[in-house]
Amino acid sequence: MGLDFDSARLPNPYLTAEHEEWRTHIRRFFDREVIPFADDWDEAGMIPEALWLKSAAIGILGLGYPEEYGGVQEGIDIWHKNILNEELARIAVGGVSATLMVHGIALPPLIKYASEAISQTVVPPVLAGEKRISLAVTEPEAGSDVAQLQTKARQEGDHYVVNGSKTYITGGMNANWFTTAVRTADAGASGVSALLIPADLPGVSRTSLNRKQGWWCSDTATIYFDNVRVPKANLVGEENCGFRVIMSNFNSERLAMSAAMESSARVCLEDAVAWARNRKTFGKRLADHQVIRHKIAEMKQRINATHAYLQVVSAEIFEGRESAADIALLKVQCSQTMEYCAREAMQILGGIGYMRGSRIERIYREVRVNAIGGGSEEIMRDLAARQLGL
Amino acid sequence: MKVLVPIKRVVDYNVKVRPKSDGSDADLANLKMSINPFCEIAVEEAVRLREKGAVTEIVAVSIGMQQSQEQLRTALALGADRAILISTDLAVEPLAIAKCLKALMDSEKPDIVLLGKQAIDGDNNQTGQMLGAFTGYAQGTFASELTLEDGRAVVKREVDGGLQTVSLELPAIVTSDLRLNEPRYASLPNIMKAKRKPLDTMTPEELGVDVSPRTQLINVRLPAERVAGIIVEDVATLVDKLKNEAKVIS
Repeated sequence: MGLDFDSARLPNPYLTAEHEEWRTHIRRFFDREVIPFADDWDEAGMIPEALWLKSAAIGILGLGYPEEYGGVQEGIDIWHKNILNEELARIAVGGVSATLMVHGIALPPLIKYASEAISQTVVPPVLAGEKRISLAVTEPEAGSDVAQLQTKARQEGDHYVVNGSKTYITGGMNANWFTTAVRTADAGASGVSALLIPADLPGVSRTSLNRKQGWWCSDTATIYFDNVRVPKANLVGEENCGFRVIMSNFNSERLAMSAAMESSARVCLEDAVAWARNRKTFGKRLADHQVIRHKIAEMKQRINATHAYLQVVSAEIFEGRESAADIALLKVQCSQTMEYCAREAMQILGGIGYMRGSRIERIYREVRVNAIGGGSEEIMRDLAARQLGL
Repeated sequence: MKVLVPIKRVVDYNVKVRPKSDGSDADLANLKMSINPFCEIAVEEAVRLREKGAVTEIVAVSIGMQQSQEQLRTALALGADRAILISTDLAVEPLAIAKCLKALMDSEKPDIVLLGKQAIDGDNNQTGQMLGAFTGYAQGTFASELTLEDGRAVVKREVDGGLQTVSLELPAIVTSDLRLNEPRYASLPNIMKAKRKPLDTMTPEELGVDVSPRTQLINVRLPAERVAGIIVEDVATLVDKLKNEAKVIS
């Protein structure tokens, strides 16, 4: 076991040669096609269109989706997904994976709950990288408390008329569709429905939220619905059953984020160690100062614990018995480890780590979005306590 | 038309290799292993020839330890149709590899053997040439371009003076240089499909080849570390230093 990105990873008895093969090819793809440019994309606040098509061609977008829609599902397990999320995080530009993979939260509800006609229309072009879809749940007045959302969908003949707004919508500026949580009945969770809203319908407008702490290259948006007429056929699942549709997604999103955060922590370790081994202060290497050695040892200790927990939770999913409480707590463990390692790595690098262009600086500014998005640390602990019967 | 593509399992080109502490060999324990980059270029070229309709079957072969199956699976994921592992735990040398390939060619009867010009571990650059000698077939080494026309292989070779074009009668041996192509990324569907493609195993004994090493590795050590350079003030000082200190010009 070592201190660089690969050698610091704990051994995983579940991994096969095929998993490693998958890692080899996506790493090579990212090393050549993404990593040399990603910092510039981040600074420019955009990702080139071509990346979607290239990612689709090697199977990144279709990983785990049914073959009938152009995905690859047979023989795919949680480890393939973890490897992809790990390698995406190694790019160390958070907005790339946030935007490129945003269909990962918007598409599964359709496949699970929407009509076959809807899935056939939407899923294949998204997996082919030709079209995009975003998940629209959070509102200016309702975030973590999904049951309180206010965007209304009023029935009118064979249409819903939608009024309201959604905010912090990842990929929202360029999405062709929104998997949207709307209110179809009285207050509370039992009045929520999920509705697929095409972005080109009259009455849909959006504004860019481009001044964010991180995820610079991600096209985050606020979406406004002004008397938008959506066919009833676009309902995802049954009316007033949308809360479950939206919630059914969260476990996989949180696990994906967890794998990426653990990986980000390992990037911090790798860069901090490389710097500490070369940089000399007071006549010796940084790595020879006890205060620095202890920082590195503690980063490694926390990464080990986090990685071990990630493996236990992933193995539970692999064996078909996932635990929402553990996934929630794992997400907290991962964001805290990422935060700790980003902090300590930047302390070790000093001034150079503070300058834009370093992986540490980029990861540092992606800590909060990971600790808040997909369920904040506070909500995660609350959920776990509830799930555990407290 | 059938193409045989021999490939070698080598330490990944991104890995920094160090000698073992006793200097007996390079320390390869727990290092990432990959398909030799030149071999991968050869696989890619074979796949491109098939995509153009010039080739109907691609057989990948590797001679080495059981784990070489992983690299054969890579070749299958990139587009080879089937694979053969000639399994041995001995450290195989170019001569032994060439003999195994010759024996395999007797049964497989490929029209072209497309190999990497060398492997990045030993950098021997011998197997293709030895195979040419054993078989008596035409060889086009260091190929930067390969086209099949009228039953011949036209190879543009990278030679010291520039490029040389040779036209080879088939069957022929071709070794790939770096600029022949840029290999594709294996896609996830192809990685999954590769699991189901046939991979046969045989031994050098079955081919009647003795692969025991003919050379002995005495010692492996790091090259002397380079000392830091200096910046000289002008050309005259540079010339003076080259003449009198480095003694590389007179």
